[in-house]
Amino acid sequence: MSQPRALVLRAPGTNCDRETAFAFEQAGANVEILHVNRVLEEGKHLHESQILCLPGGFSYGDDIAAGRILGNQIRTHLADAMEQFRSDGKLILGICNGFQVLIKSGLLLGHGGEREKNDAKNSATLTWNDSGKFEDRWVHLRTASNKSPLLSGVDRMFLPVAHAEGKFVAASADTLDTLETSGQLVLRYCNPRKDRDDEEDDNSVVDFPYNPNGSLCAVAGVCDETGRILGLMPHPERYVDRTQHPRWTRGEGKLEGDGTAIFKNAVGFFT
Amino acid sequence: MLWQVDIYPAPGQLDRSSVEIRIDATDLGFGDLKIFTSRCYLLQGDLEAEQIQTIVDQLLVDPVVEQVVFAPVGDSKLNRPPQENLDPLHVILKPGVMDPVAQSALRAIGDLGIEVEAVRTLKKYWITKLEIGTLNRLTSKILANDAIEQVLVGPLDIQQLHLGTPYNFELNTVPIRQLDAQELDALSQSGQLYLQTAEMETIRDYYRNMDRDPTDIELETLAQTWSEHCSHKTLAGRIAYQGPLDQKGTHGSRQFENMLKETIFAATVAIREKLGERDWCVSVFEDNAGIVRFDESHNVVFKVETHNHPSALEPYGGANTGIGGVIRDPLGTGLGARPICNTDVFCFARPDYPVDLLPQGVLHPRRVMKGVVSGVRDYGNRMGIPTVNGAIYFDDRYLGNPLVYCGTVGILPNDKSFGAPRAGDHIVAIGGRTGRDGIHGATFSSAELTEESESLSGGAVQIGNAITEKMVLDVVLAARDRGLYHAITDCGAGGFSSAVGEMGEAIGAEVYLEQAPVKYEGLSYTEIWISESQERMVLSVSENHWPELKALCAAEDVEATIIGRFVPTGNLTLKFHDNVVGELPMEFLHDGRPPVIRQATYTIPSETSLTPMPSTVDAGMGLIKILGSLNVASKEWVIRQYDHEVQAGSVIKPLVGAKSDGPSDAAVVRPLLSSRRGIVVSCGMNPHYGSLDTYHMAASGIDEAIRNCVAVGADPSRIAILDNFCWGDCEKTETLGSLVRAALACHDLAVALDTPFISGKDSLNNEFSYSIDGKKQSIAIPSTLLISAMGQVDSVDDCVTMDFKAPGNLIYQVGLTKNELGGSHFALTHNLSGGRVPRVEVAQAKANFFAIYAAIRQGLIRSCHDMSEGGLGVAVAEMAFAGDLGAIVQLANIPCEEDVDSDTCLLFSESNSRFLCEVTPDAVKDFEALLSRTHQGQSIAFARVGKVTGDNQMKIEDRNGGTMVALPLDQLKEAWQNPLAW
Repeated sequence: MSQPRALVLRAPGTNCDRETAFAFEQAGANVEILHVNRVLEEGKHLHESQILCLPGGFSYGDDIAAGRILGNQIRTHLADAMEQFRSDGKLILGICNGFQVLIKSGLLLGHGGEREKNDAKNSATLTWNDSGKFEDRWVHLRTASNKSPLLSGVDRMFLPVAHAEGKFVAASADTLDTLETSGQLVLRYCNPRKDRDDEEDDNSVVDFPYNPNGSLCAVAGVCDETGRILGLMPHPERYVDRTQHPRWTRGEGKLEGDGTAIFKNAVGFFT
Repeated sequence: MLWQVDIYPAPGQLDRSSVEIRIDATDLGFGDLKIFTSRCYLLQGDLEAEQIQTIVDQLLVDPVVEQVVFAPVGDSKLNRPPQENLDPLHVILKPGVMDPVAQSALRAIGDLGIEVEAVRTLKKYWITKLEIGTLNRLTSKILANDAIEQVLVGPLDIQQLHLGTPYNFELNTVPIRQLDAQELDALSQSGQLYLQTAEMETIRDYYRNMDRDPTDIELETLAQTWSEHCSHKTLAGRIAYQGPLDQKGTHGSRQFENMLKETIFAATVAIREKLGERDWCVSVFEDNAGIVRFDESHNVVFKVETHNHPSALEPYGGANTGIGGVIRDPLGTGLGARPICNTDVFCFARPDYPVDLLPQGVLHPRRVMKGVVSGVRDYGNRMGIPTVNGAIYFDDRYLGNPLVYCGTVGILPNDKSFGAPRAGDHIVAIGGRTGRDGIHGATFSSAELTEESESLSGGAVQIGNAITEKMVLDVVLAARDRGLYHAITDCGAGGFSSAVGEMGEAIGAEVYLEQAPVKYEGLSYTEIWISESQERMVLSVSENHWPELKALCAAEDVEATIIGRFVPTGNLTLKFHDNVVGELPMEFLHDGRPPVIRQATYTIPSETSLTPMPSTVDAGMGLIKILGSLNVASKEWVIRQYDHEVQAGSVIKPLVGAKSDGPSDAAVVRPLLSSRRGIVVSCGMNPHYGSLDTYHMAASGIDEAIRNCVAVGADPSRIAILDNFCWGDCEKTETLGSLVRAALACHDLAVALDTPFISGKDSLNNEFSYSIDGKKQSIAIPSTLLISAMGQVDSVDDCVTMDFKAPGNLIYQVGLTKNELGGSHFALTHNLSGGRVPRVEVAQAKANFFAIYAAIRQGLIRSCHDMSEGGLGVAVAEMAFAGDLGAIVQLANIPCEEDVDSDTCLLFSESNSRFLCEVTPDAVKDFEALLSRTHQGQSIAFARVGKVTGDNQMKIEDRNGGTMVALPLDQLKEAWQNPLAW
C-alpha cells in the first residue's frame, strides 16, 4: 500500500483536528477529517481507513467527565466496528481528549481483552490533575516498552501537555502491575536531570512539574494488548516544526519535531 | 419522579473542591472548616431505580475514582452525613441559568436509550455546624453567587424542576404621549431603558405624530439601538471641547460633530490616503472587527471588547461570556473569519484587599480575579483558540468595577471579506436557543453600577456554553466555504434586536418571533426579541441555499431556524403569530436619535517634582520592590491555565527563556501551518500615567504596544492597532475632557507612526456607587485606555525572544533615557507623586522601531526586550533570569538626555521607545553600523551599556563606576514570581 488513509474523527468540541490532520499529511498519509455523526451513520468510513485518530479538544465539552460522552457513543454504537478495526490489524491513536475517549470507551484497556459491551467499569481512568486545574506545559517523555509500533524507534520525546484531566489512575494495584508487566504502560513522564537507570526503577521520583498531573507510575500514554491502539496525553502534533519548541530561539528546536515520529510510524506501519 | 444522584470522591481520592474552599475560607478568616463536597444530578422523569442505576454506571460516575449515592429526592439515604456534626447545604443554579453539563447529560442519557424529562446539576456541601450568620457569610463569600445561584440549607426539598410556564399572548403598549420630561425620565429608569431625556422626548414626539402609543417591543428596540453600548453616542456625538494647546498649538478648543470620526477614524483615513496603492487596510470601523491584508490570499481581523459590568457581578460568567462574545465578532466579520488567537487584559483591585473594608455589594477582588481567569480559561480552551497574550493591572479604584478586556484575532480568505444581505433572503438564526438570560445587557452595560445592581440586573448575567459556540463555528466556516449565505452577524448586546436591526438597516425586515427556538416556555415576544442568550449568529440566506444550509447544520446537530425575511420596505416589522407587535421605520431607528451634546474640558495638572523623593535610594531593594509589585510580577499562574498552543501555530509563547518562565513582550503565531508568515499580538496600557496627562498616557500606550510587537520582530510598517477606552462617568465634563485628550493623542500618534487604528470600543460609566452611613460614595476607575497591536512578520524564523542567550554577548540600549519618573513603577512602589510623565518623540520612536526591525531581520540581535514598567532595571533583571545568565550594566554608558540627573532615574525612568538588545561579539560591527545610519530620516541614540555574564548575578554600576546593584538572579526571580504564585 502506498499511502494509508487516516481518518481524523471530530465531535462537537474537538479542536485539534486541523493540526493533527496536518501532521499526518506531512508524514505522508491521505487524511480525512470526519464528524462522528457520519461514522455513526455509515460504517464504510472506518472500513476504508487504516489509521483512526481521535484528536484533542473537549468532546461534548468534557461535560460529566473528560471524554465520557464520546466514549459512551463509541461503546454503545461503534463497539463492533472498532473491534473489527482492531482485529484487521489497523492503528488507532488517541491524543489528549482522544486518549480520554479511548479509555472511557473501554476500547483501550477494557476488561482484560474480553469486551463486555455495556460495561463502563474500566480497569483504569484519567481523572483530575493533582493541581485541580488545566495546565499547559512541556514535558519530557521516555518510551518504557517496545509494545507499540507507533513508538517504534522513539526513546525520548519533549512535547507539550495541555489538559485538566490527565492523571492516570488504575482501579487497583494488581491492575497496574498487570499493565506494567504486559508493557502497556508504554509512555512515561520523566525528569531528564535524574540518572536514567534510577528513574526507570522508580517512577515515584518523577515529581511535579515533570509529572504534570500526578499520574501513577508517571504514565503519560498506554496501549492495548496488541500495541496498535495508543493513547497519550501529550500532543505530538504540536511539535512537528522547529518554531513550536518553547526554546527554539535558544537553538534548541529540531527541524523535525519530536512529535513527527509517531505520525511517520503510523504511516510507515502500512508502507 | 425526581431522583437525586450524589457523587463523592472514592475513599483515598482527594476532595479537590473541598481543599480549594478551605483555602479560601482560611484566607477570609472563617478558620479551619470541615467540608465534604459532592457533585449532584437531579433527574426528572418516569424513571425506575434500575434505569437510574444504568445512567449512574454508564455515564455519571467514574468508579475508579468516585462513589455514588442515589435515591428519590428527600430519601434518608441522601441525608447521611459522611461524618458527625455536619450539615448539608445545596447550591443550585437559578431557573433559566445555562447549565451546560445538564444539557450534555440529557443528550447522553437519551443516547443510552433512556428518556428523561429534565436534568439539573447542583453542588452539595457537608459543612461543620455553623451559626446561621457565619453560614450565610460563607455561602455568599465563597460557595454561591446570588446573581445566578440559590442556596438551600438543609436536606434538599424540591418536588420538581421548573420547566417554564406557557405564555399567554397580550400586546402591551406604553402610554407615553402625555408624559413630561420628568415622567419620561422615570419611565426610562423603571423600564431599564437608560435613555436620556432628549431621547425619550424624541420618541414621545414621534408617537404623538403617529397618533398612537408605542408597544413595549418598539420602545425596547429603540432603547437597545440607541444605547451607549450599541451606538457609542457619547464619543461619536457632538462635543464642545476646551483643552490646552499642544506644543504645535493645534489642539486647544475644538467643536466636534463626531469626536471619534474626527480623531481616531480620521487618522486611519489619512494614513490610507497617504499609502495610496500600498494601503493594506481592508475594512476599518465598519464590520464587527477591523480587517487588514495578511498574504496574497488571506486577510486577518482583530477585535477587542470589554465585559466589565457582568464580570463585576458574576466574574466567571461575565468573563466566560465576554470571551464567548468577542469570538463571535471575527466569526461575524465579512463572511466569517476563523479565530486564531485570543488576548485578555484584566484590571482588578489588589487581591489582598482588606475583607472588612469591602463595600456592600462588592465581591472580593481575589474572588473576582479567580472567577475571571477561570471564565476565560474554560471558554477559550474549549473553543480551541490559544490565549497567547494579555496583561493584568492592579489598582484599588477597580474594586467595584473590575475591567475585563477580551480580544480575538481571526483569519479569512480575502474574497470572503465582505457580505451584505439581499432583499428576499431568509433571516436565519443558528446556534443556542433563546432564553430569559441576558435581558437588558446592552442598556445595563451603559449604566453605572450600584450596590443594588445585583438585584436589579441579575438577568443580564449569564453563563456561556462554549461547545455550542464551537459547533456553530464549525458549521459557519463550512457554510462560508460553500457560499451558503450572503451575510452574517453575531447576536451580541441587544440580541436579535441589534443583529436584525443592523443587518436590515438598508433594506427592511420582517421577523416572526414565535419561530425562534426557546429554551423553555413562557417567553414574551419582547423577551425573545431582546434576549442576549449566548452562542447565536444571524445569517442572511437565499431561498436557494436554505435547504443545503439546513442540512449542513442538522448533520452536526446545530439548530438553524428561519425567523424572518429581509423585505424591501424600509421598515422593521415584528410579528408574533399573526399579530404585528411592532413596526418601526429603519430610518427612525438608526438615524432618529437626537445627537448627544456634551461639554468636555481638560486642564493639564501642573507639573510638580517627584515627592517626597527620598534622600537616598537603595537601588537593589527598589528593584526588588518593583519586580514584586503586582503589575510587574509574573502572571505564570494565569498563563499556564490557558491553552496557548492549540492550533499548533505557536511561535513565541507568552512565557519564554531557559526555563520557559520569562515574560515575553509579544506573542507570535503562525495561522497557516503551511506558511512561515506570522501574526504578532501585543498590548500597551498605562493607567497610572493618566493622572498626570491622558494625552501622554495614550501616546505611551501606543508606543508600548508597538514596541512590544517590534521587540519580537514585527514589521513596523504593518502594525494595526485597536483602542478600548474604559472611562468613568462621561457626563462629567472633566472626565469626558480627559478622554477627548487621549483620543487626540491617538490621532496624532497613529498619523505620525503610520499605524492605523482598525477597530475600537468604549465602555463609559465605569463608576461604582455605594453608601456608607447613608452618604453616597462613588469610586471612578482610573482612565484606562488599552491599545492592542496586531503585527506581522514575513518569516517567523526571524523572530527573537527577550531572554539572554550566552555569556560574553554585549548589551545595547537603543533609545534615549529621559528624566521621566512620573507615574512610574518606581514612583508607585515608593509612594511618590508628581514627576514628569513619559512622552513620545514620534519621529524618534518611528526611527527606533525601523532600526530594531532591520537589525532583527538581519539576524544581528540575539535577544530584545522592551523597556517599560520599572525601566532599565526591570528589563535587565527579566532578561537575565529568563536566560538564566547574569549581566553587568554601566549607567555611565546609558544614552540619555542632559537633564537626567540621577542614577535612580537612569535605572528606573520609563521613557518610551527604548529597547535593550543582546548582540554577539561577531555581530557588533554590523549592528553598530546599522544603528549608526539614519532610519526614517533620523539618527538613532544607542550605546553599548553592558555585557551578559555567566555568574548568575545582576550588577549595575553607577555613573562613577561604583556598585549600585549586585543581586543573585534567584533573589530577583523569586521576588518576581512569588506575589501571584497561587
